[in-house]
Amino acid sequence: MPPSEHAPPPAAPQTALRSGNPEAWQTLAQATIEGWGRDGRPAAELGGDDLARLTERVPLTRGMGRSYGHSSLPPARWPVVASSIFADRILRFDTESGELCCESGLLLRDLNRLSLPRRWFVPVTPGTASVTIGGMVASDVHGKNHHSGGTFGEYVTRLKMRVADGRIVECTPQEHADLFWATIGGMGLTGHILEVTFQMQKIPSPWIWERSERLPNLDAFLDRLLETADEWPMSVGWVDCLSQGSRLGRGHLNLGRWATPQEAPRREPKPRPAITIPDIWPDWIVNKPFMRIFNELVYWSHWRRVKTGIVSPEKFFYPLDVLRKWNRMYGRNGAMTQYQCVLPHTAGRGATRALLELLRREGGAGFLCVIKDCGAEGRGLLSYPMPGVSIALDIRITPETPRIVDRLNEFVIECGGRIYLTKDRFTRPEHFRAMEPRLDRFMEVRKAWDPHLKIRSAQSIFTLGDPP
Amino acid sequence: MKKVVLVGATRGMGRAVARILAERGDSLFLLGRNAAELGKSAEDLSHRGPANGAPVAHAPLDLEQPGSFAAALDAASAALGGIDCVVLSAALFAQQDALEEDAELARRLLEVNFTNTIVFCEEVRRRMLASGGGTLCVFSSVAGDRGRKPVGIYGASKAGLSHYLESLDHKYREKGLVTICIKPGFVKTGMTAGLKPPPFAGEPVPVARQVVRAIDRGTPMVYAPGIWRLVMLVIQNLPRAVMRRVGF
Ligand SMILES: Cc1cc2nc3c(=O)[nH]c(=O)nc-3n(C[C@H](O)[C@H](O)[C@H](O)COP(=O)(O)OP(=O)(O)OC[C@H]3O[C@@H](n4cnc5c(N)ncnc54)[C@H](O)[C@@H]3O)c2cc1C
Ligand SMILES: NC(=O)c1ccc[n+]([C@@H]2O[C@H](COP(=O)([O-])OP(=O)(O)OC[C@H]3O[C@@H](n4cnc5c(N)ncnc54)[C@H](OP(=O)(O)O)[C@@H]3O)[C@@H](O)[C@H]2O)c1
Repeated sequence: MPPSEHAPPPAAPQTALRSGNPEAWQTLAQATIEGWGRDGRPAAELGGDDLARLTERVPLTRGMGRSYGHSSLPPARWPVVASSIFADRILRFDTESGELCCESGLLLRDLNRLSLPRRWFVPVTPGTASVTIGGMVASDVHGKNHHSGGTFGEYVTRLKMRVADGRIVECTPQEHADLFWATIGGMGLTGHILEVTFQMQKIPSPWIWERSERLPNLDAFLDRLLETADEWPMSVGWVDCLSQGSRLGRGHLNLGRWATPQEAPRREPKPRPAITIPDIWPDWIVNKPFMRIFNELVYWSHWRRVKTGIVSPEKFFYPLDVLRKWNRMYGRNGAMTQYQCVLPHTAGRGATRALLELLRREGGAGFLCVIKDCGAEGRGLLSYPMPGVSIALDIRITPETPRIVDRLNEFVIECGGRIYLTKDRFTRPEHFRAMEPRLDRFMEVRKAWDPHLKIRSAQSIFTLGDPP
Repeated sequence: MKKVVLVGATRGMGRAVARILAERGDSLFLLGRNAAELGKSAEDLSHRGPANGAPVAHAPLDLEQPGSFAAALDAASAALGGIDCVVLSAALFAQQDALEEDAELARRLLEVNFTNTIVFCEEVRRRMLASGGGTLCVFSSVAGDRGRKPVGIYGASKAGLSHYLESLDHKYREKGLVTICIKPGFVKTGMTAGLKPPPFAGEPVPVARQVVRAIDRGTPMVYAPGIWRLVMLVIQNLPRAVMRRVGF
């Protein structure tokens, strides 16, 4: 939809909405809207309970903004995005089959609070509970159980969407299957997700049996990660990518499964009190020496080599959620990005080490480096995981960052891997295309439903090469 | 376990209050103007109670149609087997400019927020006094605390309502009717979604916790979030000459 040339300045959001004129939003885009990486841009966020109405004339919908980069930010020329967070009702829950239907803004944290005492849990959860179910569909999130359970999209049975021509349509793996699989992992680019129906998972108890191991280097880490995959349905690890040589990649591996009723304590897990990080930090606080000390402390906090025991799902799945708004640690004006890529097994054992070394040479290494093994590729046309090793690294944004990401991307392309769009901020279209043989099919479906690419995001313009 | 009737629980703070009550096991009955929305909210609440899946019933009530009040309360009372508490958070909001331009909108808002809300409360009062008492919790607003430029007409409707609620409490608390007046400051709900949040803007869930605590304790008036008591104390004491100049 090309913005019209002579748009009168709008009087109020209502006028802008009614006119359906993209440029009318420009004068109203006063707030800064940002993703988790805090690299925001001016835009207007439309809130309200009636998501179907809100999405009538906007280019994009967002949830909690936990994607790191510009995935949830609208195009600069049409700076308005609908927010799903007031549309958060559970519309149906079949206590026999576990099928749940909800509005797309339902918060995962709320759902967990309600479902755990009833011995149900989402089949897949990301590493934070501050996300919406709609966001989990749009990113086709994976969790610690990816090698055994796949992505969230595999459990989705129906979506209700508002598509670009204004219609509201329902799609399933049978009905409008093209739209369905393009929307799973489609980063909101195929339409606005209004309702999601998916399969919950029955759990034996509301507790996790965890085993964690401290491992002295990357080889030991990767060995154990792959060895334990059959026995443990859930696994993930933190590695220290700042230490060098033989100690590079030392870290902790966390393994888990739902505890049996016999192992589990009688009581229900209590919610942990969280503290909110204040927004007072200078931008330089997260620097090399700080991160070194931090990593040293984290590494040795796991004093015993192996620990086993019962933990709450909150502690196991969402360790960082005790620090609300921890992204503020990057400073009041500081921004960060995450680089997450998967390197296929075919790239060989050394690829992970080579990537971490490349990152250190380029000077981008940070303190959060998370490694996980991925199972089979999801069916979503742009789903991130593929069989291999997934590596996620936090990187403070500096003028050097785009170049570092380019280098990393070139390496990933060589390995036959790909990046995770929901974490990305700087990947260029030519690199993305080289990683994504599935992109053509995705664009074909997208254009069938939205010939003028009316629905788009700041990210789809920057990384997928959409028109501005 | 209380038997609670809610008007306005489909959205915003009413939704948040209803969820807390549902989660702790109170029996709920919803009243509202839109059957489809009521159905969805009732379904949502039914999955939050400890008795998983116990249905929450609802009946039509439109604050613009006072003729619907008696039948709605009859339906609620019959379904719950009596009523311990009524929570009314339904209201209309519009910005002062829009209300000044559109006389019909202004008339509707005054009728819903003031006249008909009081007519409804009177119906509840009669029933509760006849059945031995109960709690009536109604959302007014800090906008009713002082005549201010941006909320002249809406504020007037809430000022009148606050006045009524206070007198009701003075007169009937001894007889068993506990009246609670909630005065929210700016709270981030769908009602205020188009507006720029001022400092001290609140979130619906913490506000709802305050409301439920007030219901349990019978606190006659609550500012929510609490900081707004101070904010309004300052605003109420500003000289007229100052109020004439400032924009809030
Ligand atoms: C600490 C942390 C840990 C994380 N761990 C993991 C992890 O382990 N695994 C993993 O897979 N991800 C992980 N993530 C990423 C996160 O799960 C995804 O970014 C998720 O999509 C965020 O959900 P959200 O509601 O915040 O969506 P937003 O960030 O608001 O939006 C994300 C994308 O979804 C689209 N979208 C959101 N709602 C809708 C809707 N209703 N209709 C259409 N499109 C919509 C947006 O347009 C955008 O493209 C993590 C993020 C953080 C901050
Ligand atoms: N949000 C604030 O900042 C703020 C500040 C001060 C005071 N308040 C007051 O607090 C209360 C709750 O506010 P909120 O923000 O939670 O409101 P909200 O999200 O807009 O919800 C309003 C509720 O009222 C219902 N309603 C509206 N008109 C109705 C009618 N004619 N008949 C029956 N029901 C009707 C709506 O039902 P539908 O689903 O049918 O629309 C909805 O459930 C209101 O009294 C408001 O004036 C709010």
